[in-house]
Amino acid sequence: MNDIWLVLGGTLTGAVGPGISVLYATYGELITERAGRINLGIEGSMLMGACFGFIATVETGSVTLGVLSGMVGGSLLSLVLAYLVIYRNTNQLATGFALTLFGAGITAYAGRTYVDSTINGLNPITVPILSEIPKLGIALFEQDVLAYIAYILGPVLFLGLHYTRTGLSLKAVGESISVAYAAGRNPYMIQIVAIAMGGALAGLGGAQLSLGFTHTWSEGMTVGRGFVAVGLVIFAMWSPLRAMVGAFLFGGAIGLQLQLQTIGAPVSPFILDMLPYLIIIFVMSLWSRAAARAMPEGLKGVLRATT
Amino acid sequence: MPITMPWFTKSRNLNPESPINGTESSFAKPVSDQDVSNTPPLIALRGITKRFGDLIANNDINLDIYGGEVHAVLGENGAGKSTLMKVIYGVNQPEEGTIQFRGRDVQIQSPRDSRDLGIGMVFQNFALIPALTVAENVALFLPDQGMVLSRSVITQQIQAISERYNLQVSPSARVRDITMGERQKVELIKLIMAKAKVLILDEPTSVLAPHEVDGLFEVFNELRRDGYAILFITHKIPEVLTSSDRITVLRHGSVVSTGAQRGITGDDLVSMMMGIELEAVSPRARIQSDIEYDSKKISYQREAIGSGVRAAIEFKDVWTTIEDDPRGLHGVTFKVMPGEMLGVAAISGNGQQELGETLLGMVKRKSGTILIEGEDIKGWSVSSILESGVSYISEDPISMAMVPDMRVDENLVLGELDNYNNGGVWLDLGGIRERITNALKTFPLQLAPHYMPVNQLSGGNVQRVILAREIELTRHARTTPKVLMAYYPTRGLDVITAEATRKLILEYRDRGGAIILISEDLEELLSLSNNIMVMFQGNIVGEFPTEAASIQEIGMLMTGTNK
Repeated sequence: MNDIWLVLGGTLTGAVGPGISVLYATYGELITERAGRINLGIEGSMLMGACFGFIATVETGSVTLGVLSGMVGGSLLSLVLAYLVIYRNTNQLATGFALTLFGAGITAYAGRTYVDSTINGLNPITVPILSEIPKLGIALFEQDVLAYIAYILGPVLFLGLHYTRTGLSLKAVGESISVAYAAGRNPYMIQIVAIAMGGALAGLGGAQLSLGFTHTWSEGMTVGRGFVAVGLVIFAMWSPLRAMVGAFLFGGAIGLQLQLQTIGAPVSPFILDMLPYLIIIFVMSLWSRAAARAMPEGLKGVLRATT
Repeated sequence: MPITMPWFTKSRNLNPESPINGTESSFAKPVSDQDVSNTPPLIALRGITKRFGDLIANNDINLDIYGGEVHAVLGENGAGKSTLMKVIYGVNQPEEGTIQFRGRDVQIQSPRDSRDLGIGMVFQNFALIPALTVAENVALFLPDQGMVLSRSVITQQIQAISERYNLQVSPSARVRDITMGERQKVELIKLIMAKAKVLILDEPTSVLAPHEVDGLFEVFNELRRDGYAILFITHKIPEVLTSSDRITVLRHGSVVSTGAQRGITGDDLVSMMMGIELEAVSPRARIQSDIEYDSKKISYQREAIGSGVRAAIEFKDVWTTIEDDPRGLHGVTFKVMPGEMLGVAAISGNGQQELGETLLGMVKRKSGTILIEGEDIKGWSVSSILESGVSYISEDPISMAMVPDMRVDENLVLGELDNYNNGGVWLDLGGIRERITNALKTFPLQLAPHYMPVNQLSGGNVQRVILAREIELTRHARTTPKVLMAYYPTRGLDVITAEATRKLILEYRDRGGAIILISEDLEELLSLSNNIMVMFQGNIVGEFPTEAASIQEIGMLMTGTNK
């Protein structure tokens, strides 16, 4: 019985840390998809962020520069996607996937000499008072600074999407390029900016992973978190607030897996490694009519709604 | 009187206070014709010519539009009405001619230029985003007013305009949940809030039920009082007579006539539109007399048949969705006997699409049965349903019923290829051509050349190919007609071809076929069908013999007003 409580408590504590990087990537993909584009290269952008964020931190000693480099790296890769899908009219899914493979390759090469490097990365900051909330306090309020920014970013994105003209323009482009154009907007420029911002946020997520969570760089260290983010955007029905729920669900699954390994559960660690992804597959199966209705019209040509 | 629409005068009595009610002589006109000609026009077109390749869409057009007038532009399909409106709105650039706005020459290179001048346009397929609310759609089109979207301010502005011009809409409703009529109101509110003074509407009544049409004309009246110029396209003559101050008739890209509405009759307008004497347009009169004859014959047949004959097609309590989902069929039950035509009246999106899609199995039934000549079609494939004798004139022929890259003749025999391969692999192309030529010798509609790919044909020509295939060419349609499901069979056709098509359909029925006719043209439905069925949100809300139907009642039922 004690074991169960131990595992659950540990899971809760462990849910936030691994969730933050996925949450940033989910925000990024959400902005991209609200503009009517889908970026499967988000996984590559995360790797760019993790790798170049880490390299910059090692070389300059400044975590801030590291985080910024990660964002630049992530957005550069996504700008390649923006150019190809908007100006060269390539297939979005194939292009995104190719860019993920490209990002994996280039980071493996660039990061090969940094695998054993050590950094003084982002360290947890304990928020007074709030961190003393039983159970939740430690889980939520003993995190690095990027976690706190991620908490705030969800509501900020929500307000921005629904209560600003910029948000309205973004949604309009995602729903109908021709109507947005008729309303005097520049739809393709809006999409390019959205894709670049999406890549920058994914890069930030990657940087949080290497600088805040693991404090190391290893090849392919995102292990599919970018693709998880793509799934979570659908689960979140394109809402930044629901994206937070989804990301922490994923984080919780990783936390649970670590806890089970720690207490030596009689299950193969390979099976346990699959757990977070099984949960994502389950979450995707919750795909509902409501999600199909919430989907931006501009995505429907690429992601066919199945209702 | 070949062209009369008694229903239109009837529906005008809906609101006795309406200023557009009553006889034409008491028609409220705040701006008299003389006033109009004394004030300078808001827009003056001089010698406008617009070509698309070899086609001259607009030829040397002169047109004046005044503030405070409702100006109808009347013409057949392809007369150049839409092209001309798009010239004024800046979508099309004319090759020749000048446009003056308030007396000075202007270049309208894009819709942005025309909006800056205060010219707004409502297109047939509205420029609205269904997923956003009414207020958001309006806000999107307003000139920038700072970063923060003030919903309450926009909502108040919308409500003020709603009240002023009788344009009731709920600002917080999502556009996908409101009716076509309400969407049109949103478009008008958008233009008024964006300070447009000239409002151009492309076929504004085509999406409306009869009593909504009256409402729109009341709105026109209010706008006219405030000095707005309203320019609208239509091909419906009674609307022109009831609603407009001045009328411009276009034919083959040229202005045939422009002038005050007063004193003009529907017959005058028809002959101007068609450019022919009225006698030649009278197939409608012939059809009317056919109908009288037919309905006698049908009732005679019905009695003779008694109860022993099976329905050609029968829907029994067919459901495709749950009750609170407005899309889909909700317990639809009806049957059509051989030699009978059922007209389905519904505003687009109220279940009439699902009737056909459910019949062909493209939409799955949740419950209920469909019988063709008494046989349950459960588990039948689309091809076996079609082979059993169902002819299907699709709502969207180019994507549903044709291979766009294939030629006319190939599309004509698409469903019957097995008959032409002589048991082997190769198609007998010569045999196909011979059979098409023979079969279509007596076909009354002119088809495009057989070698043309159908994606290069106009909508009307595509429609003719479909009609030829489904009514004339298919073997069972010729010999033993069974069931014809016809969506908007005369859409995109000119008046004369449309009449010939109606006759074709009537002949199909008289040869013993059962027809389900879905049309937006209530007059067409009433003049052809034996029975009328009205659908609203997937429910059958009314079903009666045509003799007992009134347009007004159908219109109310179609829009759910009686619920």
